[in-house]
Amino acid sequence: MADYKWPPAEKRSLIGKSFTRVDGPVKSSGRAKYSYDINRPGMLYGKMVFSPYAHANVKSIDTKAAEKMPGVRAVLVMFEPGKEVLWAGQEIVALAAETEEQARDAARAVKVEYEVLPHLVSDVAPDKAGAEHSKAGSESKDGDPDGAMKSAEVTSEGTYGASVITHCCLEAHGQVAEWEGEKLTVWASSQNVTGIAGEFSKALNVPAANVETITQYMGGGFGSKFGADPWGPACAKLAKQAGRPVKMMLERDQELMEAGARPSIHARVKLGAKKDGTLVAWDSESWGTSGPQGGGNPPLPYVLRAANRRTKHTAVLTNIGPGRAWRAPNHPQCAVITMCALDDLAAAIPMDPLDFFIKNIELTGERSKVYHEELLGAAEMIEWKKKWHPRGAHNKGPIQRGLGLSIHTWGGGGHQSNCNCTIHPDGSVEVSLGSQDLGTGTRTIIALVAGETFGLPIPAITVNIGDSHYPPSGASGGSTTVGGVGSSTRRAATNALNELFAKVAPALNAKPEELEAVGGKVRVAADPSRAISWKEACAKLGATPITAAGQRSMDLISSGVGGAQMAEVSVDTETGVVRIEEIVAVQDCGLVLNLTTAQSQVFGALIMGVTYALFEEKLMDEQTGRCLNPDMEFYKLAGLADIGKFQVHMMTGPGYDERGLIGLGEPPVVSPGAAISNAVANAIGVRVPTIPITPAKVLAALESAPRAGRA
Amino acid sequence: MESFAYARPATRAEAIGLLGGTYEEAAILAGGTDLLSLMKNYVVAPKRLVDIKGVKEFGGITSDASGVRIGAIVPLQELAGNAELQKSFPGLTAAAAAVPSMQIRNMGTVGGDLLQRPRCWYFRNGFGLLARDAKGKPLVPGGDNRYHAILENGGPAYFVNPSGLAPVLIALGAELEIVGGKGAHKVALEKFYRAPATENEREYHLAPDEILAAILLPKGAGEWKTAIYEVREKQALDWPLAAAAVALRLEGATVREARIVLAHVAPTPWMASKAAAREVEGHPLSPESAAKAGAAAVEPAHPLSGNKYKVQLARVAVKRAILAAGRT
Amino acid sequence: MNDEHRHNPPGSPPDGQDPHETSPAGEGEAKGFSRRAFLKGAGVTVSAGVMVTEGLLGTGAASAQPAPGAIAGPGPVPITLKINGKPHSLQLEPRVTLLDALRDHLDITGAKKVCDRATCGACTVLLDGKAAYSCTVLAIEAQNYEITTIEGLAAEGELSPVSAAFVEHDAQQCGFCTPGFVVAVTAFLKQNPNPSYEQVTAGLGGNLCRCGTYMGVREAALDAAKRMAGRA
Repeated sequence: MADYKWPPAEKRSLIGKSFTRVDGPVKSSGRAKYSYDINRPGMLYGKMVFSPYAHANVKSIDTKAAEKMPGVRAVLVMFEPGKEVLWAGQEIVALAAETEEQARDAARAVKVEYEVLPHLVSDVAPDKAGAEHSKAGSESKDGDPDGAMKSAEVTSEGTYGASVITHCCLEAHGQVAEWEGEKLTVWASSQNVTGIAGEFSKALNVPAANVETITQYMGGGFGSKFGADPWGPACAKLAKQAGRPVKMMLERDQELMEAGARPSIHARVKLGAKKDGTLVAWDSESWGTSGPQGGGNPPLPYVLRAANRRTKHTAVLTNIGPGRAWRAPNHPQCAVITMCALDDLAAAIPMDPLDFFIKNIELTGERSKVYHEELLGAAEMIEWKKKWHPRGAHNKGPIQRGLGLSIHTWGGGGHQSNCNCTIHPDGSVEVSLGSQDLGTGTRTIIALVAGETFGLPIPAITVNIGDSHYPPSGASGGSTTVGGVGSSTRRAATNALNELFAKVAPALNAKPEELEAVGGKVRVAADPSRAISWKEACAKLGATPITAAGQRSMDLISSGVGGAQMAEVSVDTETGVVRIEEIVAVQDCGLVLNLTTAQSQVFGALIMGVTYALFEEKLMDEQTGRCLNPDMEFYKLAGLADIGKFQVHMMTGPGYDERGLIGLGEPPVVSPGAAISNAVANAIGVRVPTIPITPAKVLAALESAPRAGRA
Repeated sequence: MESFAYARPATRAEAIGLLGGTYEEAAILAGGTDLLSLMKNYVVAPKRLVDIKGVKEFGGITSDASGVRIGAIVPLQELAGNAELQKSFPGLTAAAAAVPSMQIRNMGTVGGDLLQRPRCWYFRNGFGLLARDAKGKPLVPGGDNRYHAILENGGPAYFVNPSGLAPVLIALGAELEIVGGKGAHKVALEKFYRAPATENEREYHLAPDEILAAILLPKGAGEWKTAIYEVREKQALDWPLAAAAVALRLEGATVREARIVLAHVAPTPWMASKAAAREVEGHPLSPESAAKAGAAAVEPAHPLSGNKYKVQLARVAVKRAILAAGRT
Repeated sequence: MNDEHRHNPPGSPPDGQDPHETSPAGEGEAKGFSRRAFLKGAGVTVSAGVMVTEGLLGTGAASAQPAPGAIAGPGPVPITLKINGKPHSLQLEPRVTLLDALRDHLDITGAKKVCDRATCGACTVLLDGKAAYSCTVLAIEAQNYEITTIEGLAAEGELSPVSAAFVEHDAQQCGFCTPGFVVAVTAFLKQNPNPSYEQVTAGLGGNLCRCGTYMGVREAALDAAKRMAGRA
């Protein structure tokens, strides 16, 4: 009888090896149909009118002229007059027309009367924002921070910060909606294909059974695509009104203005240590904005926590558009605050930050041994001990190099997931889950887990995902997908296999529990010569396939990972331009299923981190309340020439594998901002207090520290 | 984008005949990367587009005794890849090659580079070329002006000229061949740009009924050693934060004459003062003299609230461009 | 036959009277061509390089091109695009971009709309073999070029050498930038058949990825160059 526990290393045929992704060919040949690519017969194009003001009372909405525009087939007012819009980009009216051009023309014919109200869109401290824009967050005190600070032999104080960024998914938010009588089909760009079906059902007051949501391929979400969003039901209503399918995707400017942002953070931090590097005290006062709604309390200090500590956080309420979960919510910001402050403290002692972190590694808690191992591994990969130098200029000429590090954590685990696995009499195998592949490789690892279970190669498995009609699975967020779908698939496949064994056992003169499926054969475990091929085994089913179900299984998954990253940068001290030379990442995530896609996740996270550290920022204009860069020209993403060299090492083997599946999406994206900032400080001898680290900020920092390495 | 009519003339005369009396009546379409983006943002809405890519007289790179003629519709990639120009005007071909997008280099034209509109985000977001709010208040001085002008920025124009080719062409003494209903005329590129005083003015002297036909490099321009230096935050597609183009006439190791043009620092490409040139003229090049020239070049700069760093960048760009020109 | 063009033309409206279409003023749907008529009549049908048109258009490739200097539009005008070797006849306003013509009117969706402002490269196609941003080319001017989209690089079910290298080196995550990158790399390698690491790094600055697949893209480009040299 097959056991659903993960097989030991020597018995794995697929797990932990490298495989190209199963949907690679269809994507790289341009044949994959994303939601944005769905074209339905008779389809109309939807566009939205949005508020140009960051804060205004909507006095009236007049759609008469728009309704009469050529090609217009449906118009929907999405905003109730008399209420206030809270950011520029908030949607007011949706309409649908025969062509995109006609829809845009009609949107411009909508007349909205606004009473403009005062706004705040600047990322300022609470004292500048004023009481009405400040919302007290958490305050905490552990140990005796004042006493510890007083007795500290070395103290360090600084202000650190990270700007608001947006998700900038390449596939805009949006969907195609189509009615067939009272049944609604929605092709949405979603991280939550199962969950949004219910949202549509509720918003449109139709039975959930009548709604099917589909996300076969999706062009990036990063935490911003969990919900149906206001434009989802609006699109369905337009389709209903017109009696025609409607495609309504956000235009790029709308996407950047309102489809999600990562909150900013700023903090004044004071730290105390002994001369030998022992960290004794942390005191921080932090603030940040995530738009009009406030936001959570950031986990400060992050990972490495002094026993004596005080924290206080204030949310600044602004009219910048709503925050949304953004790959590892709160962690990248808190890594910047904590790791940069610790790095400055190490410099003040003075001490090599690697030694400083190792000295205090116990403060990371129960997983300190892992962090220790990861730091040493990363140091070896980047040749830290050979390259590191105390802060400041070390070369002649304007180009200075520096090293920086950061560590991070994440939970992961597994979301709720159901899987149906079918073995057909012809030997083909299907697994079905209401999950989705955001580009993380979910399809591939589902096929891998089923293949491992059946002793079949990955291409032998048909994976059905991306449809709410499949068994429900959770939203892909928080690095919980692999745990959810991996364990439910393992359970379903094992259950199906045991049913198959029961049918096949007589032919092999064995009991079902004596069988195993290996290498395309079903055989007697104790006597592998007694075997029949998979196809022959399945033929014993006669005419009826086997279908078995499986659910997320907590004993196949775990949570809680760490990682260490180190960056080497070069800084042109005459121009302030920072170039990434190299970043190394060492990461654990429990049992790695597919090494290729796991490494790709980490590479991608590092690149995203380079963008966060050096380039991207949602820039707001206080005078107009508008976003200045709702485009991809000045909302700057790193390009191929901006990334440097990367090395990734996944911690696997004993001590890691037996933890089961954990998830990897978030953790590696946490550290790059901090590691790069620390590397810049090491290169130029002075801290650039906030990211992104632009040339302007580098030059300003150098100017503030005249002794620094300016040629 | 508003709707418009489209015409693709085959001859110069047809092209001129299709133009209008105002910029709103007709616009010239070449590479389209800038014009169509502006139209999608409703920043401009011409009623007719005149696609001049079919007019042979506006294309081609030719040279004769009088100098080199570069057709306005020559794609940047063709300019960058021209073997003869790579030898004689390395600074010019380098400027074309410096556009970090193969697609833009294939589509974008020499004329389009010279005539592209400012990238000022207030302009691009619908606040007009002079970037004012509904009450007429200029938005740049009190707003985010990190990419705006540090020279010639007393208002009402605060944007920077974005052309990648104009600085080096100005340093080489290039002229423009402009054709229109009233015939053809030439204008020195150095005199072509202006800082507009009103919202109705363009940032260059090209009337709505005129077409930029070609760029002319005078005979003898090839004797100049040219180089550019662009300070780029990103190496992939992005705009330089500041840049400089330099042309040097050397006699042996001695610099006889230097022309220094700064870019992305003023509403026009900015010809540095004679004083800056004098720092390197009359003696062999050295990092010290180049640095002095850089300092002199930015001496008149008056940064806005958020772009002081650009003074330093421009200073360094001048220094590095001079040294690069000396190495060619 | 695996003909990608055998599809329901997107936008085909159902039957039924529509007040907007028949309003006497024409409502800007100029020149007597309603969109509905176009879609019913001239839904793109192509086989073996022979263009079949019917209904209102009845125009061939040659006559779709306006005479030099003639003013076309602003209403819909006949446009013929030669895409992946096959002519497609359409009736479009001059303001329709090539990208929108491909995606909205021909259901050729490999080229993606992302920035829509000549910055990100997701819409990259080849015009006469050269990489271009289809978001800032008008369909009407694209008549002057042989257009190749990602779908034209290999038959359905097959992979071009560049696409194959992208799979092999996992140069894709969400995959939304990938078709544009594949087309850009294809054009780049045509110009630089044996590129160095540095040339690849500098040469693909016109495409952006958000997931962060550049490591794979760089390896794929270098590997595809080797594969193509091996085949030649």
